[in-house]
Amino acid sequence: MSDKILYGYTGIFDTPDEIILAANKVAEDGYKKFDVNTPYPVHGMDNAMKLPVSKLGYAALIFGLTGTISAVTLMYFLSVFDYPIVIGGKPFFAFPAFVPIIFEVTVLAASIATVVTMIALFFKFPNISHPLHDTEYMKKVSSNKYGILLQADDLKFTEESAKELLAKLGAKDITAIYYDQAEISTEHKIFEPKFISLLIIIAVVVSGSTYFALNKLMFMVPFNWMMEQSKIIPQDNNSFFSDGKAMRTPIEGTVARGNMPYQFKGDPESAGKYLKNTLLPTEKNLDLGKKKYDIYCSPCHGYYGEGDSRLRGQFPNPPSLHSEKVRTWTDGRLYHVITEGQNIMPSYASQMTRKERWATILYLRVLQRSLNAKESDLE
Amino acid sequence: MNEIDYTREIPVIEGRPALREIDDLIAKPLETKPDKKYYLALAVTLTMTGIGAIALLLSFYYGTGLWGNNNPVGWGLPIVNFVFWVGIGHAGTLISAILFLLRQRWRNGIARFAEGMTIFAVMTAGIFPLIHVGRPWLAGYLFPYPNQHSLWVNFTSPLLWDVFAVSTYFTVSFIFWYVGLIPDFATLRDRTSNKIKKLIYSVTSLGWRHSNRHWQHYEMVYLILAGFATPLVLSVHTIVSFDFAVSIMPGWHTTIFPPYFVAGAVFSGFAMVQNVLIFIRKIFNYEHIITLNTLERMNKIILLTGSMVGYAYAMEFFIAWYSGVQPEQFTFINRAFGPYAWAYWIMVSCNVIFPQLFWVKKIRRSIPIMFVIAVLVNVGMWFERFVITVTSLSRDYLPSSWAYYAPTLVDGAILLGSFGFFFTWLLLFTKTLPVVSIAEVKAVVEGSQPSHGDH
Repeated sequence: MSDKILYGYTGIFDTPDEIILAANKVAEDGYKKFDVNTPYPVHGMDNAMKLPVSKLGYAALIFGLTGTISAVTLMYFLSVFDYPIVIGGKPFFAFPAFVPIIFEVTVLAASIATVVTMIALFFKFPNISHPLHDTEYMKKVSSNKYGILLQADDLKFTEESAKELLAKLGAKDITAIYYDQAEISTEHKIFEPKFISLLIIIAVVVSGSTYFALNKLMFMVPFNWMMEQSKIIPQDNNSFFSDGKAMRTPIEGTVARGNMPYQFKGDPESAGKYLKNTLLPTEKNLDLGKKKYDIYCSPCHGYYGEGDSRLRGQFPNPPSLHSEKVRTWTDGRLYHVITEGQNIMPSYASQMTRKERWATILYLRVLQRSLNAKESDLE
Repeated sequence: MNEIDYTREIPVIEGRPALREIDDLIAKPLETKPDKKYYLALAVTLTMTGIGAIALLLSFYYGTGLWGNNNPVGWGLPIVNFVFWVGIGHAGTLISAILFLLRQRWRNGIARFAEGMTIFAVMTAGIFPLIHVGRPWLAGYLFPYPNQHSLWVNFTSPLLWDVFAVSTYFTVSFIFWYVGLIPDFATLRDRTSNKIKKLIYSVTSLGWRHSNRHWQHYEMVYLILAGFATPLVLSVHTIVSFDFAVSIMPGWHTTIFPPYFVAGAVFSGFAMVQNVLIFIRKIFNYEHIITLNTLERMNKIILLTGSMVGYAYAMEFFIAWYSGVQPEQFTFINRAFGPYAWAYWIMVSCNVIFPQLFWVKKIRRSIPIMFVIAVLVNVGMWFERFVITVTSLSRDYLPSSWAYYAPTLVDGAILLGSFGFFFTWLLLFTKTLPVVSIAEVKAVVEGSQPSHGDH
């Protein structure tokens, strides 16, 4: 017996009234380290044991507010800075529409954190072994008896006085509880290599399976069926046709809708001579021209046609559009350059409709005029 | 007639059982081998689940074209079933959280079971939005994580709110349930002599030793969780109703939807809990724990919420007329007299008319009659979701896009499978975990609380 270390003395009571009285007496006697074990929470026991109110409410408050703030911050950052998209005409930071998610995240964070706090702090998980476990005492109090425990590490505790006090209170089955060899260490097991390696294994398995699911599984049969479908796409081979191509050429003589052959191919002089701009320099046409000029011409020619490219030397700078030569070119000659390209400039026939080309020329004339204004323009 | 003593509260648990008897009674299903009837029931539910699983596999292989969903009715049976099952779950949280906050001690006998039903119902419900996207393995995109498209989810969409609401609801319900189970695991740990069971219960009880220093924090956590679960349960079906109410469909775009959906959810959930409890109390001899008084109280709640649902039906018609909006008016007339009139009148009779029989005390206390009425309530509530989803979509603003929706055999098989899935979990639950909370029931047995206390 002497090599065992004493944990405390226990006594059993039969009714809730007795246990409340006993707990109260023990507390009044000056014991600090004692405990009451009951199969269900007995009303009024916290007062009888003189326990302060549980502080878990603060944990709920703190973690709940953390959840609220992180939800607001995350949604604010994502929808205002990281990837702003207008949805349904709402502002980027659509607070009323964010309320449901803020609420849910708050509840989730607070609930999980409060329970984890209770388990880690008050139940001292993963230290789940305890001298009381597997004793006759535990078997009784977990079913139908009410027990009281005086711990040996209390300052007032002596074996004699504890036994005497329990007997005086009318407790039955007064027994001593000893530590098991394994339970003597009071260190928190959360730092034990075993527990930490368990956490590491869980982390590796979770992240590994997530990686596998997202980066490998999604590209395997049958999950890739949407990506690889058994249909023929334009550049495919196809043995069905004699030329082996999937793509078919149009029947000879077919003309695409809106197609108009350009009759001055490779003949800029005639284009300048015969082509006339039929658009009038109205506000609408000039607006259209400015829009198209800014999109297609300005990257190289600059917003004002001065040849100040925005491409930082990745593409040779073109000459200014304000030169004598370009100013004296007819509209038709300019139209030819846009349509066919010139030197290093490519053709813009496929990007701009005929009307857009003519409107751009009108706008170019405005730009040229602005640098070479006449006296009469001031009137 | 006997004199009734109104100065004494009717005991929640009848017959003053000894605490040890309660242990024995509740732990009995876990300590005995299941009988033939249990295996038979399990075989039936597993068959139903299997039929549903085959239907799902076919749907994934051939695509959702196997379902009845067509062009105007893009939300067919999957969404109907989703709303139905989420609704079933609500009764559990109402019983465990709201009735706990209201200090309704009769809830202690049925809370654990109802919470279990919540969890299984939400699991069942969760299947439907996933399968409805057609490729459920891509559901990960619903969560805001930094992906390679550097795109985020749409935080202003009710469908995303749903993702957050349902996943939060499941997690919190599960935690709440588990916290309630901790003391019971400890009791079971100290009862069993089987080594493997002992190991499992030792781990799951987290070292619980019924210490009052733990009970104190435990009760605080329980209170806090109940406090969070109460607004949560109201928010979940509110958000489910937003899926409809935030759109501009006639018949959906109404502000009455959130309270109306919540009342409907509690209504159908209580009916389902009542149905299953009638069997549980009979099979496991819990008649004195889940008393007739408890069932009667549940029937009163069914009556109350049923009347609220009936009020909502009437109010929808009134507002459609009062608003003067033509498509709204047409939608409601179309509901009652259009091609889906059969579904509408099933809904009205099951939800509004039959539950009114509960005004009669004899009917409230007659087990066969209350069982039938509760079954009808669940039929009615399923049809309510059908009527809301399908009638509005099948006939919206443009008559040229109208079409009739009829579910296919595959749809029906999936619905059958969802019932199988739910009841399979329920059956496994009854044999693996205490279906009545041991600690909570002991706390409300007569004489279990000190007599000189505050009550």
